[in-house]
Amino acid sequence: MDLKTLSFIVVGFTFAIYIAIAIWAKASTTSEFYVAGKGIHPTLNGMATAADWMSAASFISMAGLIAFLGFTGGAYLMGWTGGYVLMALLLAPYLRKFGKFTVPEFIGDRFYSKTARIVAVISLLVMSITYVIGQMRGVGIAFSNILEVELATGLYAGMAVVFIYAVFGGMKGITYTQIAQYVIMIFAYTVPAVFIAIQLTGQPFPQIGLGGTLAGEDTYLLDALDKTLMDLGFAAYTSVAGMTMLNMFLLTLALMIGTAGLPHVIIRFFTVPRVRDARKSAGWALVFIGILYTTAPAVGAMAMYNFINTVQPGPVGDPQGNVIIEERPDWMLRWERTGLLQWEDKNEDGRLQYYNEANTEFAEMAREEFGWEGSEFTRIDRDIMVLANPQIAGLPNWVIALVAAGGIAAALSTAAGLLLAISSSISHDLLKGVFMPRISEKRELMAGRISMGAAILFAGYLGLNPPGFAAEVVALAFGLAAASLFPTLMMGIFFKRINREGAIVGMLVGLASTLLYIFLFKGWFFFPGTNVFPDTAEYWLFGINPTGFGVIGAILNFVAAYAVSSITKAPPEHIQKLVEEVRVPRVGTS
Amino acid sequence: MTQEESRAAYWRANLRLLAILLTIWFVVSFGFGILLSQPLNAFSLGGYPLGFWFAQQGSIYTFIILIFFYAWRMNVLDRKFDVHEE
Repeated sequence: MDLKTLSFIVVGFTFAIYIAIAIWAKASTTSEFYVAGKGIHPTLNGMATAADWMSAASFISMAGLIAFLGFTGGAYLMGWTGGYVLMALLLAPYLRKFGKFTVPEFIGDRFYSKTARIVAVISLLVMSITYVIGQMRGVGIAFSNILEVELATGLYAGMAVVFIYAVFGGMKGITYTQIAQYVIMIFAYTVPAVFIAIQLTGQPFPQIGLGGTLAGEDTYLLDALDKTLMDLGFAAYTSVAGMTMLNMFLLTLALMIGTAGLPHVIIRFFTVPRVRDARKSAGWALVFIGILYTTAPAVGAMAMYNFINTVQPGPVGDPQGNVIIEERPDWMLRWERTGLLQWEDKNEDGRLQYYNEANTEFAEMAREEFGWEGSEFTRIDRDIMVLANPQIAGLPNWVIALVAAGGIAAALSTAAGLLLAISSSISHDLLKGVFMPRISEKRELMAGRISMGAAILFAGYLGLNPPGFAAEVVALAFGLAAASLFPTLMMGIFFKRINREGAIVGMLVGLASTLLYIFLFKGWFFFPGTNVFPDTAEYWLFGINPTGFGVIGAILNFVAAYAVSSITKAPPEHIQKLVEEVRVPRVGTS
Repeated sequence: MTQEESRAAYWRANLRLLAILLTIWFVVSFGFGILLSQPLNAFSLGGYPLGFWFAQQGSIYTFIILIFFYAWRMNVLDRKFDVHEE
């Protein structure tokens, strides 16, 4: 059976499972639509949270970024897991105790202000929509891969599927579907990783294989990879390259704080029965996430190793050392069709060279000694690495089809969770909470569905011309969450003195500064070509990458909120009492 | 101990626990995984340079342990201060 047919069968089968679950658990009340009736077991909730959380950015994009970044790619790994520590320790139990449906609802009540609630909704919408853009790119790539069409066509197909999928369910359907998606996703991620780890290192566990020796040799995989890269003029895999130490620090911190301020993840902790389940649930979520996140660095390093050895099977500089174009492997042909992999035979030797042409010394030497006229891969989209990985390693077709299904599951589950957060913030927080308190449940649901549709169209358009690779776009969304929601939520619980004025000013300062910084380099509202400065290190303020700027925004938020609160009136008595009650799981009787 | 004092004591105990756990969180990820990674790379864990291992493996394992420890410890505190749920 050919790969295309097999992919259709595997993907179709997983879809049948999701749809069956969605129908079986169709949401009937608003409470079920938003938080699944607060009746989900902590372990299952952890699993669903993991699926919700691990998006196209984690599944499709991250390992590819790590492959090209090496050591500094650890920022994504630590950033996207370390945030759970902040979430579990600083937010989840308290927000569960507070017991509302949405994050803006908490902010509105804690800061006794509709304005605060509206500002929170705006922050939430800005970051969720940015996040969905990243997902849409992932969805597009996954669909263009299995349909073997251009990215744009794949994206339209993906938009249609996401729309049908998200509008159908609501939280209850989504929670159970997400458990199924987690299982498919983790299976699809680890199976090829295990295969490749065995092939390269003889170790079934990728986590151990990455630190192991090459099969049948004494050389460690990472040492071999360092050498291979340096022979081609690149920096060593394990060295600081690709981003500065400062940006690695800031990006890690921004992703951590952002994770803890992510509304679509926070609402998951409203769905467990008790406060102590909320604490444990965050731990379970991280266990399930950790399985993928400790595998990802192995996937990245091994994909890079295999990729280079495919292009450069012989010694560097040997005229016979590179792959012959006519004999290039099938996976290249396949990805050329999507437009995400491109090459040009610059020195017309009928072979492909890949090396670091930005390293002028090496490029000069290669031109004189080897006759290389430039690195011949004119485009290798980082986001194709995970999906192409099993093809590069020559694994059987069913594994390749499985990875495609996993990628789609990852993108769908998160897109659906985010769209739910978007729709609930518009219909529940804005319409019912502020503008139309008398709206019926039925019309509230309808408004939610319409806003989902609008969000998909906008995100789909920008998914075609995204401001970066999926994981980078998602990192921007995290920066926005870090700058706007996390500081306000945390201060709302830990600092009684923070009042309405402080919270509102803080959120606005954090959101506006971060958004402005991002738009200056990435274009206004991410529309391509509208950026004020080129997005390169020389133009960045103090060399800070826009993906890491959320930390600065968060600091500004904290400082502004604190300063404004201390010169304005303390929050009223009943609010201070409310904060004290949120801090204990049960109000004591003794 | 009045209820107010007891609650204040519970909150102080909670903050102390947070301070300890967040220090570990910071030292392992930002310390070992980033700031000190280069000197740590002089040591190795199998084929992993140690700093690299912390950045791409070790910090994640640490995070998981931290959360479960916190959940367990808070349950103990909840009972001790009689604010636990049924």
